[in-house]
Amino acid sequence: MSEMDSNIAYLVLEDGTVFQGVGVGKTGTTSGEIAFNTGMTGYQEIFSDPSYFGQIVIMTTSHIGNYGIHPEEIESDSIKVAGIVCKKFSKVDSRTSSEMTLQEYLVRDGKMGVSDIDTRALVRHIREKGAMNAVISNEIKDVEKLKAMAKEVPSMQGMELASFVSTKSVFDTPGTQPSVKVALLDVGVKLSIIRCLNERGCDVRVFPHDTKADEILSWNPDGIMLSNGPGDPSAMPLVVEQVKALVDSNIPLFGICLGHQLLALSQGLSTEKMFNGHRGINHPIKNLLTGKCEITSQNHGFVVSQESLKGNANMEMTHVHLNDQTVAGIQHKSKPVFSVQYHPEASAGPHDSRYLFDQFVALIKEHKNQPVA
Amino acid sequence: MPRDTSIRSVLIIGSGPIVIGQACEFDYAGSQAARSLREEGIEVTLINSNPATIMTDPVMADNVYLLPLETESIEEILKKHDIDAVLPTMGGQTALNLCIKCDEMGLWEEYGVKLIGVDIAAIDITENREEFRLLMERIGVPMARQATAKSFLEGKEVAQDFGYPLCIRSSYTLGGAGAAFVHTPEEFEVSLTRGLHLSPIHEVMIDKALLGWKEFELELLRDKNDNVVIICSIENFDPMGIHTGDSITVAPAMTLSDSTYQRMRDMAIKMMRAIGDFAGGCNVQFAVSPDDAEDIYAIEINPRVSRSSALASKATGYPIAKIASKLAIGYNLDELDNQITKTTSAYFEPTLDYVIVKIPRWNFDKFQGADRELGLQMKSVGEVMGIGRSFQEALQKACQSLEVGRNGLGADGKELRDQAAILHSLRRPSWNRLFHIYDAIKLGIPFRTIHEITKIDLWFLKQIEELILLEGEISKFDVSNISRDLLFEAKQKGYADRQIAHLLKCLESEVYNRRDELKINRVYKLVDTCAAEFEAMTPYYYSTFDEENESIKSDKKKIVVLGSGPNRIGQGIEFDYCCVHGVLAAKECGYETIMINCNPETVSTDFDTADKLYFEPVFWEHIFDIIRHEDPVGVIVQLGGQTALKLAEKLERYGIKILGTSYRALDLAEDRGSFSSLLESNNIPFPKFGVVESAEQALELSDDLGFPLLVRPSYVLGGQKMKIVINREDLETHVVNILHDLPGNKILLDHFLDGAIEAEADAICDGKDVYILGIMQHIEPAGIHSGDSFGVLPPYNLGDLIMAQIEEQVKTIAVALETVGLINIQFAIKDDVVYVIEANPRASRTVPFIAKAYREPYVNYATKLMLGEAKVKDFNFKPHKEGYAIKIPVFSYEKFPNVNKELGPEMKSTGEAIRFIKDLKDPYFRKIYSERNLYLSK
Repeated sequence: MSEMDSNIAYLVLEDGTVFQGVGVGKTGTTSGEIAFNTGMTGYQEIFSDPSYFGQIVIMTTSHIGNYGIHPEEIESDSIKVAGIVCKKFSKVDSRTSSEMTLQEYLVRDGKMGVSDIDTRALVRHIREKGAMNAVISNEIKDVEKLKAMAKEVPSMQGMELASFVSTKSVFDTPGTQPSVKVALLDVGVKLSIIRCLNERGCDVRVFPHDTKADEILSWNPDGIMLSNGPGDPSAMPLVVEQVKALVDSNIPLFGICLGHQLLALSQGLSTEKMFNGHRGINHPIKNLLTGKCEITSQNHGFVVSQESLKGNANMEMTHVHLNDQTVAGIQHKSKPVFSVQYHPEASAGPHDSRYLFDQFVALIKEHKNQPVA
Repeated sequence: MPRDTSIRSVLIIGSGPIVIGQACEFDYAGSQAARSLREEGIEVTLINSNPATIMTDPVMADNVYLLPLETESIEEILKKHDIDAVLPTMGGQTALNLCIKCDEMGLWEEYGVKLIGVDIAAIDITENREEFRLLMERIGVPMARQATAKSFLEGKEVAQDFGYPLCIRSSYTLGGAGAAFVHTPEEFEVSLTRGLHLSPIHEVMIDKALLGWKEFELELLRDKNDNVVIICSIENFDPMGIHTGDSITVAPAMTLSDSTYQRMRDMAIKMMRAIGDFAGGCNVQFAVSPDDAEDIYAIEINPRVSRSSALASKATGYPIAKIASKLAIGYNLDELDNQITKTTSAYFEPTLDYVIVKIPRWNFDKFQGADRELGLQMKSVGEVMGIGRSFQEALQKACQSLEVGRNGLGADGKELRDQAAILHSLRRPSWNRLFHIYDAIKLGIPFRTIHEITKIDLWFLKQIEELILLEGEISKFDVSNISRDLLFEAKQKGYADRQIAHLLKCLESEVYNRRDELKINRVYKLVDTCAAEFEAMTPYYYSTFDEENESIKSDKKKIVVLGSGPNRIGQGIEFDYCCVHGVLAAKECGYETIMINCNPETVSTDFDTADKLYFEPVFWEHIFDIIRHEDPVGVIVQLGGQTALKLAEKLERYGIKILGTSYRALDLAEDRGSFSSLLESNNIPFPKFGVVESAEQALELSDDLGFPLLVRPSYVLGGQKMKIVINREDLETHVVNILHDLPGNKILLDHFLDGAIEAEADAICDGKDVYILGIMQHIEPAGIHSGDSFGVLPPYNLGDLIMAQIEEQVKTIAVALETVGLINIQFAIKDDVVYVIEANPRASRTVPFIAKAYREPYVNYATKLMLGEAKVKDFNFKPHKEGYAIKIPVFSYEKFPNVNKELGPEMKSTGEAIRFIKDLKDPYFRKIYSERNLYLSK
């Protein structure tokens, strides 16, 4: 018997489009917004990235699983994606430091996926029709039932998801040469962000998503980091309120991805859902302050509205996405506050933007040396 | 920064004749560069001594100089034209070396020429291995232990210090010439002597060998603003130890984690920034330790367009040479568009949703006595690329593209089952190691053993194992009961119908019909740089078996041009030149043009050339499916060499129209018996000959024909296995030999016209009228393959009577064969009689040469005849006839030190150069003419 008919799995889109493939991971059914990532490396980092919480991720590269799972190349303690869709799923791995195969990793975390799909046709479909929800299953063979389920999946728009992936309690991660205290508001943080701060000598205290600004400020941080995370920022008014208070404290603040969007909302900007998000490790960004370009890692389905930036008293654009001219970075006109839509911590992705962490730490140090006004 | 407006006129230096290590990828690069610069309104001047290139076509540049790549030629050009800048990065190491020579002479400075695309310091440091190592040390990029030696003694000391195995290379050479891998002091001494001798500065570099480390390459582009992008990552299937030009390579990298890849990316960028401050392209090679540490060591960096960047351009769709040229004149990457999508930025890193596999093509059969083992020195003469949705599919398609008598990897009954022979081949890799890895797995040799010997990553080995398991499954069925799923899986994994037929023990056509019935049809996907994230505007397709077909058939009238596949001796860049011109001519006549080819080094596979490019094996099944999908009015087979021509029979059988000369005529010309009858009935002399199928018959026939005899198999290329024998014993040996390698072949025996003069003519014909493009006289006497002979256009000492005979015979034969298109005829002249040796009703190697020498678009004319869009009398021929043009054969013997360099009927040259002379008093002509006597005295 061929591998095809031994484990049939279906992918059903909200609009009723059906793809048949082969089930991978555990046996089950899962749903979520479907999104494609064009990175050719980094499946492990992507699957464990909390920003993908609730999403079914299509990997466009031909093969995944080839180099297995490395115990340290993770962005959180478990797989965060709802499910995966791919072309070729490698059951064997070849890296000496791999501790398990991707199949074992999926099963360990109770996740499933569909392989052997015409991912290119699927991406072209989504490219034309826009972001949508989907169901994948390797247990339910009744396609009509799956279609009905796909229609029931709640829209990502207006969905708050940070609370599902944020830490429940405060924890500390010491820097290499502690001299700087950074408070990190965890709305779905990737471990690499903490690592990047630690490597630069920052002591990082991670606060749950629903921490009040007062509580954070009472720790007397030298800098504040707003993390990445999943979901629609406009569904997080309480967090936005706290971010506003944090900005008002005049402490240097750096926001990444969802953190960037929360900062924007706190300063009177608006965000909007994109027709198709940016997900990949080859996104071109231009730094408008220096004129230099950087290849960045991106993962976002919402974006800060360019329109709302016009005439805003507080914020200005610092980085632009070169493919579609969307807002990729902003800074406060008078406060040591800035943020980017992309992922300077990379993982997966190029390290071109890690200078932003240096910039943040330099800002903190500069600010510390200044007499308090 | 926008473009530098002070640059109004640019000189591009080509790479000269094709040699091993420097092939037609530089024609592709040079053509792209010329086009890219002219788009900007820049006056382009080109120099290249290779006439068979597209880049030296008058349509490509404003001023073309077919001159030797020497400083004198450069100075001549600089005197004549007001050149603002020179771009030396498109012509390989040859161009860089010439650029350095001119710089040392102060030419650039004297004529106020700016160097763009690279700087002298960068060229110097990357070629000076000692300096380079020190630089890498300074920037913290690790390398294998290295030392340079300028003398034998110094070398010996290094060896003692490092211990074996070692790698030894000579400085400032091409394609790893003089490089060797040594395990013992004896081997070391031989290599050291040769390496010192080969290096123009008498220096060798000795490295501690990183045996079995994984090997990777990155292709980089950088602009004036210091923005850098990685265009492609390439993984070598064959680990360290085999020259990357001789390695099977895969893109994107298959076994590299993001963390290791990003470390490598950081190192590559750091290296490019360290070697100089220039805008252009770089190729960087790395070794990665196959253990937990995954240490990354730099191997080398090339600050220019390379063979790998041509591959990377075809692999990703990102035209590196085109963009690098724009960067050289000042543009920044973020100011340019992605050439594929036209809407997104050129500043980005391409992402692939398919896999490409490149397999080199070797020609060891041409080099009797050559050491066939692969190592640090490149030995392949060409390459193919397969594109698929998986590694397995790409691998199978690449194997189908090779034209080595296989139908893919495995499943053709040709596997080796001798364990000792297989193990030997794994240890001592040659052209067939890939096939023997398959055989080893199939035979059940443990994975561990195969991996230990070859060090090939287990992931790759497992992919091959999966194929073998699948074959086992398939073999359980026959064509009537195999399931759709299983057949679909086999097709998805790249199996050709022929391979499946072998497994199901049925005919290829039965498999084809079965899958047609089950609706398992090829679909076509786009190479679009962005994994479908954005809409693409370029028609660059590959086939696969999947759900959606993206190649929409238009309702325009269209034609297909079949390409010539991988470069090899006897079939090289000349045919790509012809294919490109065929495409352009058909476009001119209003046809939609479809190109099919699998050679990544070529201009024909540039997505800018044809209206639609199918990057597919020139293999029947793929061609037939494309034809079925596109429904063209016809197919041009005359331009793609023997590769395309040999498909004519099947096209005819399937009722597909062959444009131009009919299959019947093509076959008649190839069939010695019928062709001789044709000559006889037209009173044209030819050497006495006969056809035999056994040694017995050969001996019998030899009594009749008389020695010396020219013995050759039919339907072969470039004089393969052709030999002159002088006695019965030699005859017997050779015939047995041929039949061993080519069972069932009809062998031709010709009476050899000893001491005859050889000449050849190319002509075009519309079936009625004939126009002779040119007649070339060889300098060497008959017996030397025409491809290896010096040729002079027009003839230098053939009398009027002879010329008249030749002209008359060309006309008679062309019309008798009902030629529509091109024809090449070879002659031997003895005692004032002109004998016809053979006629090839197709484009020949000499057509581009004549077109360049006479400055006329002959392939364009020929194509219009094939299409029936014009008659010979419609053309206004105005050949520029001034003095003589000499065709100079170029060999790559330095790659094969032990090979017999004596020329004979089997072709050995890899390329050619053109040299114009005013008259026969020219010293160069006199020199080569005097050498002719050497042959006569033999």
